[in-house]
This record gives sequence, structure tokens and C-alpha cells, in this order.
Amino acid sequence: MAEKLLELQGISMAFGGLKCIQALDLDVGEGEIVSVIGPNGAGKTTLFNLITGVYQPTGGDIVFAGKSITGLEPHQITRRGIARTFQTLRLFLNMSVRENVMAAAYGHTKAGVFRSMLRTPGMRREEQEIRELAEKRLAFFGDRLMGYRWDQPAYSLSYANRRRLEIARATATNPRLLLLDEPAAGMNPKETQEITDLISLLRTEGGYTILVIEHDMHVVEGISDRVIALNHGIKIAEGSFDEVATSPQVVEAYLGTGGMAKK
Amino acid sequence: MSGGYDDELSRPLEGALEASTSEGPTSPAVGRDEWVARHGDNRTRRGGLLGTVEARLRVVPWWAWLATFVALFCLLPVASDSGYVRRVAFDIAIYMLLALGLNVVVGWGGLLDLGYIAFFGIGAYAYAFLSSDHYGIHLPSFVSIPLVVVIGATTGFLVGLPSRRLTGDYLAIVTLFFLLLFLTVTTNGDDLFGHNVTGGANGLLNADPLSLFGHELPPTLEGGLFNPAYMYVVLAVFVVVYVALRFVNLSRTGRAWRSLREDPLAAEVMGMPVNSLKLMSFAFGAAIAALSGTFVTMLSASVFPLSFSFPLLIIIYTMVILGGSGSQPGVVLGAVLIGTLLELLRDPGDSRVLFYAAIVLGVLGAFRFSVKLAVVVAGTFVFGFVAHSIAGASDNAWVNGSGGEGGGVADFAANWVIVPVHVAAWVAPVSYVSLVALALVLTLLHGWARIALLIPVLYLAAFVWENVMIAQPEPTRYIILGVILIALMIFRPTGLLGEKRVEII
Ligand SMILES: Nc1ncnc2c1ncn2[C@@H]1O[C@H](COP(=O)(O)OP(=O)(O)O)[C@@H](O)[C@H]1O
Ligand SMILES: [Mg+2]
Repeated sequence: MAEKLLELQGISMAFGGLKCIQALDLDVGEGEIVSVIGPNGAGKTTLFNLITGVYQPTGGDIVFAGKSITGLEPHQITRRGIARTFQTLRLFLNMSVRENVMAAAYGHTKAGVFRSMLRTPGMRREEQEIRELAEKRLAFFGDRLMGYRWDQPAYSLSYANRRRLEIARATATNPRLLLLDEPAAGMNPKETQEITDLISLLRTEGGYTILVIEHDMHVVEGISDRVIALNHGIKIAEGSFDEVATSPQVVEAYLGTGGMAKK
Repeated sequence: MSGGYDDELSRPLEGALEASTSEGPTSPAVGRDEWVARHGDNRTRRGGLLGTVEARLRVVPWWAWLATFVALFCLLPVASDSGYVRRVAFDIAIYMLLALGLNVVVGWGGLLDLGYIAFFGIGAYAYAFLSSDHYGIHLPSFVSIPLVVVIGATTGFLVGLPSRRLTGDYLAIVTLFFLLLFLTVTTNGDDLFGHNVTGGANGLLNADPLSLFGHELPPTLEGGLFNPAYMYVVLAVFVVVYVALRFVNLSRTGRAWRSLREDPLAAEVMGMPVNSLKLMSFAFGAAIAALSGTFVTMLSASVFPLSFSFPLLIIIYTMVILGGSGSQPGVVLGAVLIGTLLELLRDPGDSRVLFYAAIVLGVLGAFRFSVKLAVVVAGTFVFGFVAHSIAGASDNAWVNGSGGEGGGVADFAANWVIVPVHVAAWVAPVSYVSLVALALVLTLLHGWARIALLIPVLYLAAFVWENVMIAQPEPTRYIILGVILIALMIFRPTGLLGEKRVEII
């Protein structure tokens, strides 16, 4: 395995008495695509919230690129190079599609308010760069998020396009690690196929390491170098897709008894 | 991929899509996104002459609007040499500055700052400390004004700091408390630990006038007339602040403000330091309020605690909300409209005209030109004259109380509305409460029943106006602000120039 980019060491999380994540170890190597699967309520989204600093773990340490990021605020973690999408879409709905993406460049741009007031040449150059960056990130989705939609408000986008915009926005933070929370949820089979191809492309062309939560086993099979299965906040299986899909614990977690049906 | 987009959500529209694509092979396929956006466009776009005018006005660049507005404003003191008009123009210019500042906090930062006026007061007092006889410090304006701005921003920062997360309720209470503290300290500040700091209720006197390049601008000209130069100075400051804020709003900071107002968690996770951004908007607002305070002190050469209390806070908020929180041109428009309205309401004659004009416009807006309109207008007229003559026939003292000064509207009112010579003490509360109650009942009725009730309600409104409200101009002003806010909430929640906002689809 390549060098470890993200490493969770014995992470625990409890909400009151509810132990949502228990002593979880997990790592993601540079350039890998790792999928997290598990039934609803297994703690997958909570895992993302812990990595991005939205929640503080009740125990354990999170190491990113060799440095501990436990206890940092979310925006600091984002600046270190972790970006995410939200399972329950959280776009800036009343801003234009382009502005949604431009806003995410905040962390790696510098122009302060006073330079903005004076519109110094440096500030204007940076603004132009942000614009180009946003357009490049949007262009990644080709036809689906075409130019003439960029000035429309985000609320006018269809559900599938909002999911795409979430990804475009996350990539505008210039991350090294991309966390995708159910990117194919609510998409039809054709779009699901597109997303599968796109995630692979995000790695090859964008150079991102990717940790993805996904329910659709076709997607998981299509993209994953490695699959991790969670249930009740505990890792119940880890390995290649075939290994995990046939693991008795996973089968039981999903179905109680019987074989694991491919969707 | 050029075909229709088969998003799951677009299914219900498929019929419509096919219809639009079958028009011709060259017409572009309309996906759901385009459909939503175009539909939204079409709904806001008007047809006909009005639509053409609106479309033309839309392409006028922002600076042209600003320049025209400022030019017209500059003409005011030229057009009228009345000291009153000049003074009101100055006040409105100050209101515009204050509204711009509050817009940064409320409209952009999304923070409920109920202590905003305290920063206005801090600016006014700080200037008096730095440039008056009180401490014998007489810093020149070009030193004291920037210092005051820094003091305002710092205080704003410090007040915002303890309410760490700065979520709505906490911040509102902390800032409200701060305003109270400010008022208490300034009113009792003539004996703070044995020192006279703020002059107490008597305020601070003999503040220095504005000095520009070693040249002092006297606040009053010979003849006691107010010096319009101050209005021009404030207007110039307004332009600078307006343009600077506009540029900030179009920068990464402005984008971040808008993002955090939409979804603070998403903004934070996308790399924007939400807490510092909020603090920044808070400090910005405080700085602008403090800056406005300096000019008020200069012009009146004095500062009193009572100038900075709750009524002013409510007025500035109304301006921002009416104009459209978040929109710079909107809040300036709000400041001009409310500022003018409040002045007109001071005068019974003017306010009477305003009142009847508002009623007529309201009825016209509700019924357009229809049979119902004719019925309501005729009905109300007849109702009034009948009521007036019955009352007059039984006892002349019932209708002779009108103290209205000249003018057609006043004459009309005197012959139409019952205005007793002596109004019994119970009349005011009873008529007022029944007016409100009947207005509420009105919202429950429909069709002709509503119209039948509307006629006496309109008459009752006129009765309350003539007998209760005109006699009490001060509370009337605030009641009218309240009515404006309620009407706005119902008919145009985004304010006059606010952007249409979609919460969740
Ligand atoms: N903020 C919270 N407070 C209390 N319980 C929570 C909170 N967030 C998540 N949970 C609980 O943690 C469990 C895991 O949720 P989640 O991580 O969203 O599951 P999923 O694997 O479906 O993404 C659920 O039982 C959920 O109710
Ligand atoms: Mg989830």
C-alpha cells in the first residue's frame, strides 16, 4: 500500500449514551479509493463528521498527512486538504452555481477586505483565478453542468445536478482527500454509471484520494480498491470488494440471514 | 447526451419536454434545470410597457444609479433654503450611513445585533472625548475620525467575542444588554467613581466642528441656519462607504458572508472560518455606526445619551427590512423612505394626507378597477356622510371637534368623520381595539361579507385616525412603522429591493 494519507487510531464517538463509533481504526493510502459500506445508522456519516471536525471524537486520534488533526476546527481541516460532500445536500441554494464553487476557494486565497475595498491589481488577479478555478471544476462534469447553467441559482438545479455541484464545490477547496457521502443516492441507473466513471476520473485526472460512502453495490464494486464494512460503529470487515461482500458478518448485518443480494 | 435529461425528478415534466423538443429539430432540449430557471424568470418578468421600462432600467450600471441619486440629493439644499429641509436631509444622510452599516451585520453577516445603536453612540461620545472642551483634547478631525472608527470596530469586536458561537438568540440578548449598559453608563456617567466622564443626562457640550485642511466648518451659518456643508460631507462619506462595501461584497469575503448566511455548517466545512467572518461583519457594522456618530456630534456640537435609544434602533431596523436586508440600494431606499415618512408624520396636515392616500392606494391595490371597488368607495362615502349627519343632527358637539388646519383633505375629513369636541377617555382605547379586532375578523371573511364589513372598518379607521392618532403624533409614528412591517411581512417578505429567496425546494 502507498503511504498513508489518513489514519484513524482508535476513534470513538458517543452521543450521550449512544456509542456511535467504537474504537475504530481505519486508514486510507495516498491515491486509493476506499469505500465504506454498512446499513443505515451504522455510523458512516458520523465517521465523516469526525474526520472533518464537525464532531470532536470522544476518544482516539485522527492523523492526516502525518499530522494530528484532532481538535482542529472544520475550516482548518479543510485547509489541510480534506473536502467532503453532504449526504443531505447542503448547497448555498440562493447563490449561483458558479458562486457556490467560487466560495469554496476561500481557504486557499488571500485577498483581505481592505485590498478588496481598493480592488488592488493583486486582488483582481486572484479573483480572476478563483473564477477560472471554479469554471474548471464545473467543466469537469461536461454537459451535465454546462456553461449556461453557471449563472443560475443553485436551487434551480435538479437533484442529480445538485449532487454534482456538491462534488465540484468540494474539489474547489483544492483537497488531497475527498470524502463523498452517498454520491449516487437518488440517481437513476444511467447517472449512477456516470458517477462511477466520474469517481475513477477524479482520481486519475484530479489526483484526489477518495473515501466514499455508498449503498449501491455496483458503484462500490466498480470503484473500490478496498472496502470497509461498518455496523453499529464497529468495523466488521475490510478487504477487496469480493472479500467483504462474501464475509459472513457483512451478509448478516445486511440481511440477518441468507446470501447477500446484489442490488 | 444532447437529448432530454432523464433525471429522476424530471419525469413528471417529460410530456412537456417532448412537446418542446418536437417543435423543431433545432430547438434545444429543455431539461428540468432550464425549465425551473426560465419559469422563475418569466414569473418575475413583466410584459407590456412596464416590462420594457423595467428591462431598460435593469441594464443601467450601479454607479449610474448611485451618481444620479447622490446628485439629486445634493440639489436638496440648493432647491430649498429652508433650514428645516437641510436638517432633514442631513438626518436622512446619516440614516443612510447607519442603514448601510446595519446591512453588513444583519443582511450580510446574518447576525441579529440589537445593540447597533450603542456603537453609533460610542462614536458620538468618542468624538466628543477626543475633540471637545470636556477633556480639553482638541484633536483635528482627520485624526479623531479615524480613531473613532478604530474604537468603534474594536468595541464591536469585543462585544461580539464573548458570544463565541454568535448564534442568533445569544447574540441578540448580549447586544441588547450592551445597549442598555451603554445607556445606563452614559446617563449616569457624570459621576463614575468620582469622575465626570459622560456628563450624564446633560451630555457633553462644545464639541469641535469638522476641520478640513485647517479650515473649520461652522455648524451654523449667520442667521442660525444649518450649514449644508455638513450634509455634503456626510454624503461624500456615504458614497465612499457604499462603494467600499460593494467591493467587499463582490470579493471572496462577501461570498463567504453570503455562504454562511445560507448554511453556516457547509460554509465552515468548505474552508470558511465562520466565527471570524461573523465577527468581522459585526466589527464592520460597529465601525460604520461609530463613523456616523462623529458627524452628529460635530453638527450639534454636543452629545446626549437619549439620542441613542430604542426608537432609533427600531427605525434603522425598519429601514433595512423595508428596503430589503442584504441589498445595498434597498437599504438606502428604505432609509430615504422611512426618514421622509417619519418627518411627514410630525406634521398633522401632512400625515393626514398620507393616511388617506395610503387608504385609497390600499383599496385600489386590493380591488383594482372593478365593481367591488366602486361599491367600497361609494359605500364608504355614503356611510360616512350618513353617520356624520345623524351624529350632527342629534348634537352638534359631536362633530365640531375637528381641529384640522386648511387644505382640501382636512375640509373633507371635517365633514365626513365624526370628531367630537370632547373625546371621552374610553373612546381612544375602545375604538382602537375594536379597529384591530375588526381588521382581524376581516381576514376571516370572504366575498361580499368582507366588503360589507370593510366599509365600516374603513370609516372606523378614519375615526381612530382623526380622534386618537393625530392627537398623538409620537406613538402614531411607531404604530405606523409597525403596520408597515406587518404589511411587508405579508406582501413582500424580502423587502422592496431584496432578492427573491428560496428556502428549500
Ligand atoms: N448529532 C447526533 N446526535 C445524536 N445522535 C446522532 C447524531 N448524529 C448521528 N447520530 C446517531 O448516530 C447513528 C449513526 O448515524 P449516521 O452516521 O448518520 O449513520 P449512517 O451510517 O446511516 O450514515 C444513528 O443512530 C444516528 O441517530
Ligand atoms: Mg449517512
